[in-house]
Amino acid sequence: MIRIYVPKDSAARAVGADAVADAIVAEAAARKIEVKIIRNGSRGLLWLEPLVEVETPKGRVAFGPVEASDVKSLFESRFHEGGKHRLSLGLTEELSYLKNQERLTFARCGITDPLSLDDYISHGGFAGLKKALTMAGGDIVAEVTASGLRGRGGAGFPTGIKWKTVHDAKAEQKYVCCNADEGDSGTFADRMVMEGDPFMLVEGMAIAGIAGGATKGFIYIRSEYPDAIRAMKDAIRIATSAKWLGQNIQGSAHSFSLEVRRGAGAYICGEETAMLDSLEGKRGMVRPKPPIPALEGLFGKPTIINNVLSFAAVPYILAEGGEVYKNYGMGRSRGTLPFQLAGNIKQGGLVEKAFGITLGQLINDFGGGTATGKPLRAVQVGGPLGSYLPASQLNLEMDYETFAANGAMVGHGGVVVFDDSVDMAAQARFAMEFCAIESCGKCTPCRIGSTRGVEVIDRIVAGVERDKNLVLLDDLCQTMIDGSLCAMGGLTPMPVQSAVKYFPEDFDRPAKMFAAE
Amino acid sequence: MSGKHTLIDVRVTKPDAASVIASRYDNKPDALLEILHDLQHEVGYVPEASLPVLAKALNISRAEVHGVVSFYHEFRRKPAGRHVIKVCRAEACQSMQGNELADAAHKSLKVKFGETTSDGAITLEAVYCLGLCATSPALLVDERPMGRMTPQKFETLVKELAS
Repeated sequence: MIRIYVPKDSAARAVGADAVADAIVAEAAARKIEVKIIRNGSRGLLWLEPLVEVETPKGRVAFGPVEASDVKSLFESRFHEGGKHRLSLGLTEELSYLKNQERLTFARCGITDPLSLDDYISHGGFAGLKKALTMAGGDIVAEVTASGLRGRGGAGFPTGIKWKTVHDAKAEQKYVCCNADEGDSGTFADRMVMEGDPFMLVEGMAIAGIAGGATKGFIYIRSEYPDAIRAMKDAIRIATSAKWLGQNIQGSAHSFSLEVRRGAGAYICGEETAMLDSLEGKRGMVRPKPPIPALEGLFGKPTIINNVLSFAAVPYILAEGGEVYKNYGMGRSRGTLPFQLAGNIKQGGLVEKAFGITLGQLINDFGGGTATGKPLRAVQVGGPLGSYLPASQLNLEMDYETFAANGAMVGHGGVVVFDDSVDMAAQARFAMEFCAIESCGKCTPCRIGSTRGVEVIDRIVAGVERDKNLVLLDDLCQTMIDGSLCAMGGLTPMPVQSAVKYFPEDFDRPAKMFAAE
Repeated sequence: MSGKHTLIDVRVTKPDAASVIASRYDNKPDALLEILHDLQHEVGYVPEASLPVLAKALNISRAEVHGVVSFYHEFRRKPAGRHVIKVCRAEACQSMQGNELADAAHKSLKVKFGETTSDGAITLEAVYCLGLCATSPALLVDERPMGRMTPQKFETLVKELAS
């Protein structure tokens, strides 16, 4: 029996992985060759998707990007026995893109069958939870604190401190909520975890439950991720029947149950308090802080809220120890971050590296420059609320503090590359427009400011009192920064002001009218 | 259109569907989004008539139900076409000619975002990020993801959906 891996990750499916899998099954049957197709997660080399792997005595051999029409010739060159083909990439593990990464969180993704509990356990899964089951909550919190892990959703708040607050809070019921509302353009690491290694998220959340004293958890997944929703629901069902979730986990005194809740296309629900309201069945309106969710969160109870990648980092930290994790990284940014190379980039995909790698190393060494081959003009790091950086800033090290000091943010690690065809005034306008569409409407600077922002940028582009309107735009941005209730309104000025600062020429072109919409 | 989308269905079975789905969630008000998702999945949209039914079942006000339905972009207030194409409009797709793809979609289907083609075949919607940012520009056809889209591939897709 020959084992052939064809990813089930939705990025692979988006470029034809299902048709490739079907073609392999059909061609193998016609040739009377016994094959077993495993629909694995993605290895994260997304420009090579669909990336087909064949298990050989020497290791897994990769072929890609494979189209259904290539399958016949693959069999003709006996790819199922490791034979050479024009799509041959050699041993997967030897691919430099993978080899040069430091995969702690993504150690298993793409290697295992995402929903096979046996695969998960034989690749180190549940080692962290097993350890946690024997530890006191406070000791788990101490281990996470020692790792230096900070919130991977973008805010970078120390995870251990958050967990300690919940651990120390007195309440009959506490909750663990996973923010899987990965709405930032250019990010897909959460999705890849949920589709490619869902038990890791289950494990991380169960550990959080034990640490904080919570018995119930929710995973809030955006409705734009139907495959991730399915995978997580299946993983929860499988883990529960194998007693890794539910009453008395693995015969211990600890109980923890999990439920998936779907978002409904509101970007603001990635803001933690809006997510809480949404989880309670309400409009996703931002709550003022204090009270902090760690004390008064879901249904008013103490709640641990973390991003998928924060929870996903925890099993490793428990299994290997916080100190090991802490050895990676720079400054106060400890551990690794799964960076996501996206947009106009030749070799887009997932690159997990310790903090400290430069933006340029990510884009050029891993990404291979722009997809179009034209010069790189701008890079947006950290999602739609992140700064647009020019090529001259590629030497910045990926580190929360370094980025903040340079008026930018690392955020969730998304890197979106633009070539020289980009119109930065249009991008700035889009940032304001997006804020207007997605604002929850609770505070005025965000709700009204974003609409006014679109209008002011339109006037600048149209050449109406440009200098005055640029001053006005700056003033408006400052009002949004100072007066908004949450990061939505507070950070929208970041892409806008960085576009004006680094690409002023785009705001000073011959007058152009936007079509009325 | 298939049988369950007929007008009679709208008036008679849909409010009923709402109460059946709500009871599946023990009429818990915090499950409102889940209930609305199921309702939209089964009926094709969230009918106006189901709002008071849900309010009663969950013991919340009609205004609250209306507030939720109208807040979230995902919930549709009127029937969609047989297929729904959601085109990503976010930055990573923009960097790979996503705007040209959107223009091509408008031209091909002769509808704007949020509208359905006159033959009821396709509803076109805008979304902001599908997490397919390294294989952009991307879209979602019903629940099928598609990446590295071009205006030509879009044309082929439309033909395939029409057949």
